Amino acid sequence: MLELYGERFTSRLLLGTAQYPSPAILRQAVQASSAEIVTVSLRRESARVRAGQGFWELIEQLGVRVLPNTAGCHTAKEAIATAEMARELFGTSWVKLEVIANDDTLQPELLGLVEAATILSGEGFQVLPYTTEDLSVAERLVGAGCTVLMPWASPIGSARGLINKDGLKALRAYFPDVALIVDAGIGAPSDATEAMELGYDGVLLNTAIAKAGDPVKMAAAFARAIEAGRLAFEAGLIEPRDMATPSTPVAGTPFFKIDRVS
Amino acid sequence: MQILLNGEPVATDARDLQELCAKLGFAEAKVATALNGSFVAAGRRGLTPLSPQDEVEIVAPRQGG
Repeated sequence: MLELYGERFTSRLLLGTAQYPSPAILRQAVQASSAEIVTVSLRRESARVRAGQGFWELIEQLGVRVLPNTAGCHTAKEAIATAEMARELFGTSWVKLEVIANDDTLQPELLGLVEAATILSGEGFQVLPYTTEDLSVAERLVGAGCTVLMPWASPIGSARGLINKDGLKALRAYFPDVALIVDAGIGAPSDATEAMELGYDGVLLNTAIAKAGDPVKMAAAFARAIEAGRLAFEAGLIEPRDMATPSTPVAGTPFFKIDRVS
Repeated sequence: MQILLNGEPVATDARDLQELCAKLGFAEAKVATALNGSFVAAGRRGLTPLSPQDEVEIVAPRQGG
């Protein structure tokens, strides 16, 4: 079971709700993914269009837990005000905290992230920070009260997979008691499996499913990939070796001659 | 008076944030508000007077990653 801030979940997949071809496909993809947590945002509401009201009805029908984000915020102040608005709007003190450094990489602005996480934790929020694999920043986020960290695999929407696997492994090793969720950069289900095989607690993704040729089928693929990776981690992976080692017993090999052994 | 509503200049005679929301048809809507960069809770909108050049944000749930 995945445990985040005292709540337990069967699924280890957290799914974004943006960029789907239609609301109906979003609904079917959420169901096919078995996700129990979906990310949402808040945006300026037009008095004429009122787009947010219809979207909220759809989310309520899904019956899943919502995790509001602070996407697009570039300062701690913006992120804090956005989190406070989200808490009132969505009725949850969970927040996927994003403070963005620049629009080309969408990488986290780590100083602002730590500042916002500290203030929001003090205000009673349960902060799930979108961060990097940087150990010293992770230390500060944990010190600020975060019991969940969400490092990127690669830049948001890039579909490049785990570009710093060693860094993610180190983070896992340094923080065995912190829930770690790979957030951003996942392209293929095999990327998600790889993250889970490292012992990560979950995977958060959006674009790889929403922009797939068939988002519903891809959602099912990711659900299985994440489950497979988790099972593999729990089962214990064997260590890679440089040289071959026969799987079939050597003893009793017909025509065996000792001088063949190098 | 002129205020900045969701980044756009608009003229309004609303005296406070609650009145502004009502005039826009948001009285019962699922929205959250901020004034000049700071969150204003729903229960405090009526206690939050508006001044010329105030920057008001009115937001609602939307798709997110």
